[in-house]
Amino acid sequence: MVFMSDITTIHYLVVAAALFALGVIGVLTRRNVVIVLMSIELILNAVNLNLVAFSRMWGNLHGQLFAIFIIVDAAAEAAAGLGILIAFFRNKETINVDEIDLLKW
Amino acid sequence: MNPAANPGMLPVATPFFFYLLAGMAIAGGLAVITRRNAVHSALALIVTLLSVAGLYLMLYAPFVAGVQIIVYAGGIMVLFLFVIMLVNVEISSKERQFNRMWPLGLAGACALLALFMSAFAKGKDLFLDPTGKPRWPDPMVKLAEGSNTQQVANLLYGEAGRMGPYTFAFEIASLLLLVAILGAVIMTKKKI
Repeated sequence: MVFMSDITTIHYLVVAAALFALGVIGVLTRRNVVIVLMSIELILNAVNLNLVAFSRMWGNLHGQLFAIFIIVDAAAEAAAGLGILIAFFRNKETINVDEIDLLKW
Repeated sequence: MNPAANPGMLPVATPFFFYLLAGMAIAGGLAVITRRNAVHSALALIVTLLSVAGLYLMLYAPFVAGVQIIVYAGGIMVLFLFVIMLVNVEISSKERQFNRMWPLGLAGACALLALFMSAFAKGKDLFLDPTGKPRWPDPMVKLAEGSNTQQVANLLYGEAGRMGPYTFAFEIASLLLLVAILGAVIMTKKKI
């Protein structure tokens, strides 16, 4: 049976697709901004898993380098996003995304 | 994988560990998006991140696995927990957790997953040949685990006095981090 005996690239792709879908569900349905940011981290991890799996498949390291740059980007995004969140919480005393509608007309 | 091709480092029980780590990663991801308390979500996200680090180790990427543990589980998650403690957890955990359009979001995400799965089912011949044998892992293509960090460093910093292919991108990444630090500090200051 092929699905149990050998772990191939497509197994990793399916796991990454599942993580990506979970992250998208979290971004689209949750109200808490902190959990929305955590769901974005889930999405970035799914992308990283794909990149490292393809790096293993082709036998070179460029996918791993790309994954490292994405981790750097995730750190910058988390710092800036959580800074915005704290500034917003200081003004409006809420962290629910559907109450952040100052720019909506 | 042909055992005779690499007698030195034969992976032990690879399917078992793969399914264990993949199951833990997906269970942690499910817990992240369903828990009411944000601290529980953060702990579930740590489980997911560590499982993904284990999957990186199985893919012969020990440096990425180490960076994942140090930067994600050690740095970013501590930042998340600090912010969760700064904004009040009790009030937001008693409120409605999902926004009013959640059925639409759930349907859209499931459609996206179905699209991925159909693409994988169509493109499966790239990974499996018609007899069902995997084209990969190819025993000839094998990443060296012991010198992985050195090879990553050669690509990042260059070797023998020359710039590597990613040296410029590396400098730009440090500039990005500097801008992110400045932005975070300026936005969280009360008076600028």
